[in-house]
Amino acid sequence: MSQDRSDDVRSDYDVIIIGSGLAGLTCANMLARGGRSVLLLEQHHNLGGLATWFERKGHVFDVALHGFPVGMVKTCRKYWTPEIAGMIVQLKGIRFDNPQFSFTTTYDREDFTGILEQRFKIPRENTESFFDAARNMSFYDDQSMTTRELLERFFPGRDDVHRMLMEPIAYANGSTLDDPAISYGIVFSNFMSKGVYTVQGRTDRFVGKMREELLRNGVHVRTKCLVNKIIIEEGQAESKRAAGVMANGKAIRSKAVVSNGNLLSTIHELVGDEHFSKGFVAEGKKVRLNNSSCQVYIGIRKGERIDYIGDLLFTSEAEKFDSQELCSRNTTSRTFSVYYPSTRPGSDMYSIVASSNANYDDWANLSEDAYRASKEELIQRTLDALEKYVPHIRDKVDHLEAATPKTFQRYTLHASGASFGTKFEGLKVSRGLPKEIRGLFHTGSVGIIMSGWLGAANYGVIVANDADRFLSSGAANV
Amino acid sequence: MTKEQIRDAILEIIAQIIPDEDLSNLKGDIPIREQVGLDSMDFLDIIMELRKRYGIEVPEDDYMQLATLDGCVAYLDPRMREL
Repeated sequence: MSQDRSDDVRSDYDVIIIGSGLAGLTCANMLARGGRSVLLLEQHHNLGGLATWFERKGHVFDVALHGFPVGMVKTCRKYWTPEIAGMIVQLKGIRFDNPQFSFTTTYDREDFTGILEQRFKIPRENTESFFDAARNMSFYDDQSMTTRELLERFFPGRDDVHRMLMEPIAYANGSTLDDPAISYGIVFSNFMSKGVYTVQGRTDRFVGKMREELLRNGVHVRTKCLVNKIIIEEGQAESKRAAGVMANGKAIRSKAVVSNGNLLSTIHELVGDEHFSKGFVAEGKKVRLNNSSCQVYIGIRKGERIDYIGDLLFTSEAEKFDSQELCSRNTTSRTFSVYYPSTRPGSDMYSIVASSNANYDDWANLSEDAYRASKEELIQRTLDALEKYVPHIRDKVDHLEAATPKTFQRYTLHASGASFGTKFEGLKVSRGLPKEIRGLFHTGSVGIIMSGWLGAANYGVIVANDADRFLSSGAANV
Repeated sequence: MTKEQIRDAILEIIAQIIPDEDLSNLKGDIPIREQVGLDSMDFLDIIMELRKRYGIEVPEDDYMQLATLDGCVAYLDPRMREL
């Protein structure tokens, strides 16, 4: 169902939303439910942003939604539908395997506390007080303490414990030991209390249900529709306001614009530095992007089967956890998301998606030959690592494909292929956008806290509230 | 609306947002979040419902005043009295 025609869009909307990541989708749904006229524009042919998928030889590969906190159930129930919330299931087999430790867990607080006590000999009280400290962290806390310092305070000298507590979060949102402890604490306490969840069935069905709900609520949805510019007009007293967008070369007007594009490209490209105050542009320039990713998609030939090896594996050959090693081109640290027929009722196919963190610059400047060779090397190294868990893996495979930061950049249009938005300082800039230009909002992964799938969806709701308030205030009509 | 009606209106909104929680023993002078499972997104839902149902705007700086049930009534009384 491609809706790439832009000739039947209206000429005027309350809100235009640029980009259909989970934040943009959720923002669109909330505004439409509140009675606003909403146009949602997506440059790709699928909705979902990085929550995407593709098909090869009967396999459907899920690029993302490999794991998120239980809070997603509540978010989907409240801001989408009970049916969508009902598609979420727990991943019970979370497996760690590295030179420092190896075990399988359900990854909830209860299970974790036991493992720390029995395997790592950490007294229960220590773990309890760490969990409490993480859970009680709030956005208003001291931002100078790093995650490294926090872990060191509760588990001094125990880099094995640090690794176990940090590794999954690094894959979930790209955070490092040097990021603020509060961002780690907030994400960790969300993630760790009740385990890891995913979508049963496939991402295309999950996003497809969201699309149906958007259409039911009256959202105009257009895919393959690239926004080149946000239209900025001079308002009263030298104030500026967002007045619509230029999409596929055509002007569409609106009272408010929400960008679910990358924060930096929203500022520098969609709007343009000349429309912001010097101070804001300077602050925007300081915002660091999070890292990108590499993935290897492994399709198991129809008729072949693999034994249960866990649902989500955190594997590494690195002696110790090292945020730089994690992103390096030759990293041995990766996750395996394993899809069994039971994960996808109705299918008899197996597939595996290996994901690692990566730096755009390590991949962007290679010659075409070197790039191709590096991709092949990535695939072969990944299969070597997988051989340990699935013997004779090469005999079972009928499709292999790799994605690099360049691939992520091409499909999401995110600067440097950033797969987790921006670092901590991005949140303030994202929140500051409407103060610079009336009626202009940003939503999406920013500042770690509003990152990961749950953070992004919730940030979509927060910004829907901001935009709705703006539209109610009458300021939108000035 | 009377203060009693305002209190009922708030309770009705909260009940809709967290349908599984028992609100019958909610004390007015203790933060709501300390008594029932109400996270920061649920709190935002209350703010959005107030706008949708009664056209009331609560600026972010005032959110703290709505932490308790009594606080909600005191804050909303001048804004909902005429409704």
